[in-house]
Amino acid sequence: MNRYVDEIRAVARKILEEKAVDLIIGFKKGSIPMMTEPVLIRDAAETGQLYWDSFCFMNLATYLPKREGKIGIIAKGCDSRNIAVHIVENQVKREQLYIIGVPCEGMVDRRKLCSLVGDKEVREIAESDGDITVRGEGLEHTLKKADYLQDNCIRCMHRNPVLYDAIAGDLVEERKDPDPYDDVREIEAMAWDERWEFFSTLIKDCTRCYACRNACPLCYCPTCFVDESGPQWVGKSIDPTDTMIFHILRAYHCAGRCTDCGACEQACPVDIKVRFFTRRLNRDVFDLYGCEAGLSIEERPPLDTYRPDDYDEFIR
Amino acid sequence: MTCPMTDKIFKKREFGGFLRALKKTYEVLVPFKEQGFYRFKPIADGEGADLRFTNTRLSPKSFVLPQSERMFEFTVDEKIEDAHILKEATRAYPPTAIVGIRPCDAKAMRLVDVNFNNPEFRDPWWVTRLNSITLVGLGCTEPCSTCFCTSVNCGPFHEEGLDVLLFDLEEYLLARPLTEKGKGLLQSGGVERDADEGSRNKAHKLRREAEQRISSHVPTDKLGQKNVNDLFDAPFWDDVAFACINCGTCTFLCPTCWCFDIQDEVIRAEGDRIRNWDSCMFPLFTLHASGHNPRAEKLQRVRQRFMHKLKYYVDKYKNGVACVGCGRCVRYCPVNIDIREVFRLMNEL
Amino acid sequence: MSGNPYLPYPARIEQIITETEDKSLRTFKVVFLNKADGEGFTFLPGQFCEVSIAGKGEIPLGMASSPTEKGFLLFTVNKAGVVTRYLHNMREGDIVGVRGPLGNWYPWEKMEGKNVVVIGGGFAFTTLRAATIYMLHPENRKRFRGITVVYGARSPGLLLYREELEQWEKRDDVNVHLTVDATDDPEWPYNVGFVPAITEQKITACDDSYALVCGPPIMLKFTQPVLENAGFEPERIIISLEMRMKCGIGMCGRCNIGDKYVCTDGPVFSLAQLNELPQEY
Repeated sequence: MNRYVDEIRAVARKILEEKAVDLIIGFKKGSIPMMTEPVLIRDAAETGQLYWDSFCFMNLATYLPKREGKIGIIAKGCDSRNIAVHIVENQVKREQLYIIGVPCEGMVDRRKLCSLVGDKEVREIAESDGDITVRGEGLEHTLKKADYLQDNCIRCMHRNPVLYDAIAGDLVEERKDPDPYDDVREIEAMAWDERWEFFSTLIKDCTRCYACRNACPLCYCPTCFVDESGPQWVGKSIDPTDTMIFHILRAYHCAGRCTDCGACEQACPVDIKVRFFTRRLNRDVFDLYGCEAGLSIEERPPLDTYRPDDYDEFIR
Repeated sequence: MTCPMTDKIFKKREFGGFLRALKKTYEVLVPFKEQGFYRFKPIADGEGADLRFTNTRLSPKSFVLPQSERMFEFTVDEKIEDAHILKEATRAYPPTAIVGIRPCDAKAMRLVDVNFNNPEFRDPWWVTRLNSITLVGLGCTEPCSTCFCTSVNCGPFHEEGLDVLLFDLEEYLLARPLTEKGKGLLQSGGVERDADEGSRNKAHKLRREAEQRISSHVPTDKLGQKNVNDLFDAPFWDDVAFACINCGTCTFLCPTCWCFDIQDEVIRAEGDRIRNWDSCMFPLFTLHASGHNPRAEKLQRVRQRFMHKLKYYVDKYKNGVACVGCGRCVRYCPVNIDIREVFRLMNEL
Repeated sequence: MSGNPYLPYPARIEQIITETEDKSLRTFKVVFLNKADGEGFTFLPGQFCEVSIAGKGEIPLGMASSPTEKGFLLFTVNKAGVVTRYLHNMREGDIVGVRGPLGNWYPWEKMEGKNVVVIGGGFAFTTLRAATIYMLHPENRKRFRGITVVYGARSPGLLLYREELEQWEKRDDVNVHLTVDATDDPEWPYNVGFVPAITEQKITACDDSYALVCGPPIMLKFTQPVLENAGFEPERIIISLEMRMKCGIGMCGRCNIGDKYVCTDGPVFSLAQLNELPQEY
């Protein structure tokens, strides 16, 4: 992972110096282990702050909608697909962007590491190509990163950026696994009441902080449906019905657009695996329309595409 | 504390018995790990308490200020005489003991109390609920690397806000009653044996060592003197605020955040006026009906949170900063906005 | 205020008067259901109430009636959001709730023996009506020297309390300068021009005066320099602010400007106080 840092910094410096961009959006090293902080840099002299490791789990495309000027942005595979979605949805123009693509073999899930070390604190992380060393008081483990990836990264079908102006390293091999939706089938195997129970338990700790929504690049509505008051669609308390409505409807609003970047799940302060809401819809869109979001800026999203020769009668 | 109370001591393996005895008088809440993290839950019969935890994910403020709470109820059924008139929703305040609360979270309740309980107005629900709770704190023998309590008038064995403070002396627990309520609780729990000098010395040493182990420090000495507009107009807010996604994580996990919203909800003819946690991070927080929003920009909202906790609260209440150094916001902010860095930037401006 | 500060006093709408020709402003005359609540309710102009509608919510409304007007409260309401829209469609006899009096009042003690200039714009004139009626009341009139009122709206049909204003205009114990931004009515007998401009014309000296100013942010912005040029010290320019409020009692945390809550430390502030605070309103 760190092999990309030098290239990211070099390209960033160059495009700022040449004024190809006004600013760069990237990551800087976090103040605590297993975290990174999105950063905005305007000065070529500051590009040394830019950083990359296995904990760059936020999707930087979330900082793009309606941003003006010429923007340099660091993007891994899923992020670049969200950038494509933004372009198609008129949130930003392709001409504004200089995308520094970063091939990605997966982000490490810090919660899986914490689980491994139990109630002890992780004080230090060291990474090498395939390994990660976790240190704390009285503990040290060296592990294979591939065993501790985020759930979405394990199933990722687009590790390389789909859209970029510069690439931070050699492209990596795409996963040859033909079955990324095993998690969806597991839920589908449940009976209806079991499924309801599953989802109700999943969100019982939800505090309606909206970290999932705000981390998501797709959620850029000036007034989200949960905040609308005239009329008010959803109650603002932690009533389980209102909470369920929020999660289900948000998933539907992301259907056909979600790239499964996992930022929502990583952002949640109470560790809710919210991707269970979107995964089924992602698979359905793939099965029904052959579409995966953000692979091209030439195609409209499946749910806003109309063709006069649509075979479905209801639309005519 | 006017009259010093005697420290008590009991064997750690008697802790389960202590809790069971308390259950006869109190609803007893202890830390439990569930779905990956600790939270306070009522102790079930036959269960012990897991005291290996560092801290709960969410602060225990929800026991005094529930995230959603019915304030009033009413009917809009015209056929009923009192239609449209709000009535107090019935509620119970059973005596509750929160056992294992960390000193930072207990002190936080004191910091919030000045907001809800002041000479001009008293929030009846906050006040009554806080009075019905007895806080049995567990001092932190092994503070986390993100704890900075000692910098903000708090510490791993800080006593403010607690009714009892427990010192984990390996085989024994030393229980220091700090209030009459705490003394009463220890009696209910059957803890009678006075602590000997040796144990008290061990406890003292434990506290000293824990305070030394705090590795994270923030400067606060100049915050009070700074001019509020100098801080407000400081150039560093752009950098601090960029990453923020304006979610409510920091405010909801924080033990000293208290902002709330009031909503009316009606189903058919029955309605409730409800209070819910709210967050200055949300754009709607200050949105006027006219559409004007004094904090329409993200930077303004991020600045508000830090200015409130580190400056406005300091100026208004002369009670120190509205932060106890628990470190939750540092650990769980999805974009790693670190309040300790903001302390430095503000204090050293 | 004893008991539960969140619990509204039940009240009845006794009369609804449509103030403006576009019907966006209505004045509600409200009477407490329990006489005791009314008797215990003492306030001074400048204060506000949280008016509550069960099922819809609450809104902070400046009291448009003076404490010298006994037996009822007046609130002039602009139709803006969920609660106000519903309130506008209510009828005489309907039940609402009132929490109050809340907030602070115009600095009556400091204004004793001084000249008072009342400057209002648009529908922000509500508490200024209360203030003017209070000052003009026979029991109070001699406490103040010269009283001047400058009040303007976008057009004649948008002025509040039109009839009362015209009566004040005829009195000789108060100088009233009404203005509109523009009008195509050739019979309009008063001034034409923005409130700050008319203020500049009519208020040329500060003369041991206090200015009570209430209006939309843009009016405040342009009126402030006019008053300062006329010699008003910031301590004597008194402004009543609006803010989104919920609890109205300084607890929910949302209406702050710096370390002040608009609902308890305000809504009345002097310009001197506001200058010390972050400019975030």
